[in-house]
Amino acid sequence: MLFAIFAILTVAGAVAAMSLRNLVHSVLVLTVAFAGLAAVYLQLGAQFIGFAQILVYVGAVAILIVFAILLTREATATPRSILADSWKESALVVLVVFGVLAWAIHKSAASRNIVPPQPEATMQQIGSALMLRFALPLEIIGVLLTVALIGAVTIAMQDRQETR
Amino acid sequence: MTETADQLFVILQHWLVGHAPVGLQSIVSALLSVVAILVVFASLFAITTVLERKGLGRIQNRYGPNRVGPFGFLQPIADGIKSLTKEDIVPQAADKTVHFLAPVVLVLAAFSLYAVLPIGRNMVLANLDAGVLFFFAVSSVMEVTIFMAGWSSRNKYSLLGAMRAVAQMISYEVPLILASVTVIMAAGSLSTVTIVERQAGYTGILPHWFVFTPWGFAGFVLFMIAATAESNRSPFDLPEGESEIIAGYYTEYSGFKFALFFLGEYLGMFAISGLGITLFLGGWAAPLPFLTWVPSYLWFFAKLLAMIVMFIWIRGTLPRLRMDQLMNFAWKFMLPMALLNLVTAGVWRFLPQGVLRWLVCSALVVVPYVLLGRGLMQGWKLEKRVYRFAE
Amino acid sequence: MLGEGIAKGLVETARNFFGSYLSKDRLTTVQYPEERLPQIEATRDFPFLVYDGDDWQAGMRCVGCQICEKECPPKCIYIEKSTDKKPDAVGKLQFYPAVFNIDISVCMSCQICVEVCPFEAIKMDTEFELSTDDRFGGLLWDKARLSKSNAYYGKIHPTDAARSDAQLAEEKAKVEAKAKAAAEAKANPTSPSPSQPGSGGSPIQ
Repeated sequence: MLFAIFAILTVAGAVAAMSLRNLVHSVLVLTVAFAGLAAVYLQLGAQFIGFAQILVYVGAVAILIVFAILLTREATATPRSILADSWKESALVVLVVFGVLAWAIHKSAASRNIVPPQPEATMQQIGSALMLRFALPLEIIGVLLTVALIGAVTIAMQDRQETR
Repeated sequence: MTETADQLFVILQHWLVGHAPVGLQSIVSALLSVVAILVVFASLFAITTVLERKGLGRIQNRYGPNRVGPFGFLQPIADGIKSLTKEDIVPQAADKTVHFLAPVVLVLAAFSLYAVLPIGRNMVLANLDAGVLFFFAVSSVMEVTIFMAGWSSRNKYSLLGAMRAVAQMISYEVPLILASVTVIMAAGSLSTVTIVERQAGYTGILPHWFVFTPWGFAGFVLFMIAATAESNRSPFDLPEGESEIIAGYYTEYSGFKFALFFLGEYLGMFAISGLGITLFLGGWAAPLPFLTWVPSYLWFFAKLLAMIVMFIWIRGTLPRLRMDQLMNFAWKFMLPMALLNLVTAGVWRFLPQGVLRWLVCSALVVVPYVLLGRGLMQGWKLEKRVYRFAE
Repeated sequence: MLGEGIAKGLVETARNFFGSYLSKDRLTTVQYPEERLPQIEATRDFPFLVYDGDDWQAGMRCVGCQICEKECPPKCIYIEKSTDKKPDAVGKLQFYPAVFNIDISVCMSCQICVEVCPFEAIKMDTEFELSTDDRFGGLLWDKARLSKSNAYYGKIHPTDAARSDAQLAEEKAKVEAKAKAAAEAKANPTSPSPSQPGSGGSPIQ
């Protein structure tokens, strides 16, 4: 029942984010969708993921998107039609992907109500897993983020030096 | 006897919950705690506004408000009546939904920060396993609301103020979180209750609070500076100080919505001081072993009051920082110091107890502080101003 | 060292804070309306009409010459002259103002009316707590409201009042001397008028 509320909130937020004309409005509703997703995580008992979702997505990603919108385009731009020109082909692709996903979920174990015993996911275990078992992937992700950051700064700096 | 006084509110809550039907008991218990938090911290807000005005007045060699009530202490009532009866002006071009929602969500987020603060022994609303993470997650929601406030006013100065405020808050979140990570490392848990429990105990007369270690002291200073910046308090109040000069992100708000912004900001200040107390100052623990008979919640509020006095004192002393000075300070000074503090905390943990540990860790904290300070101040020469186009 | 200035500043403000409780001369606030700052003698707020003696209508010095009305920069004075005459401060028969209104919401306290008045009739008052809730006529003062006695003038501006009284006394003495001389001339028409020049010069021989 609680899950239904959060699911509807998330889906409604996502749909509104796509269909609102005002760009900043759609970002704010997308933030609501992120929060709904975090609520679903929390309901599943994954505290770390839930709060990290809020911290990262709502706190950082949403703000980043907002800054990007404000710094690159006029927020009160002339609203165009919400349907792109190629909406028929896109709808077909969406239906196909949805069908594949639905079939996959339907065929998997989760939909047969055979829920395997949930693994304990306390902070201690997540922490020790990250540091011991998954140390290499963690470091690689760190390197990847650093590379992305340096790349972004380099690209931006080149633009600035060109315009000087 | 002291046990009863200490657990007075817990006993009261259990007694009241006992009267409710069994199915609803958890909800009633939570509701009672929520009502208690609302009442206590809203009154603390009211008292703080008058304390701040009187304190600032005395620092500035004048009286504060002294007309309403004895020595002016009923001033918040007058302020409340004023803000409730003012006309609520919404600009015509403003985005009405977002304009309305911004202060509401801010106050919501600010109040939910208190859910993980242990106010006394056994007196925490939600003993979350990831309490500190919850705290930081919700405080990042507050940044979004500030942006919402600034953008929905359709005022270029509000927008500028909001963007500066958000930039300031996300910059100072990094040293804030890093300073807390040192405590989490030392305590071994993200739960606020566990962190307070780790700081119980006394060696001789000195409590085991984390602030009494070199890395803890540095971490505490970093945390409080970042907390001042997070709450947009002087000297980091450029986003709201602008409103005295041009406009800030809550210029277009009048009456009760403005009061809500004020409330949200002060509540955020109390909550982040509360977290600082929990992480570094031992939460509800007494400072000296023979003072443990005083109830735990009184210690928490005494420490909170000390923090508030510190905030007011600093507000009365320091001028406002400029935006570039603010950002430089966060990224060039506080972030390296926070990272070094992290290393120091690790070194502290792995060295055996004794004088060597103190010497090494103090050196690890003080030497970079001095060197970094000197290095950053080197570029500060007063030069003759050169105009690029005017001559 | 980084942070030294901040520490010094904090000490200074703490000293201010505790000093404001311990030494009374740090707080220079005047708690209005229980206390008031003393006003200097040359304080000027709004004009008033001076009258001599006890009867404000008979003793009013103003003769309705309308010089102040013409010189007033915001034109806040309105005068209507009377049709009959009465003796003024020095004893001469003069007109008097039948209507004398000053709108003190317009008056800017420039004191020009005082400077140009030849009869020492209008002076500046020192009262400023004059708020009223009558929006339409409360600040439009008529002759009766504006008249205050010379004794009051002496109390608020002692040196000015002394000078003004001396001047009026001198003028009065001159007028009386002239009147006495005129009366003597009328009583003795044959005696050589003292105004003829005496033959003081040496005659041409």
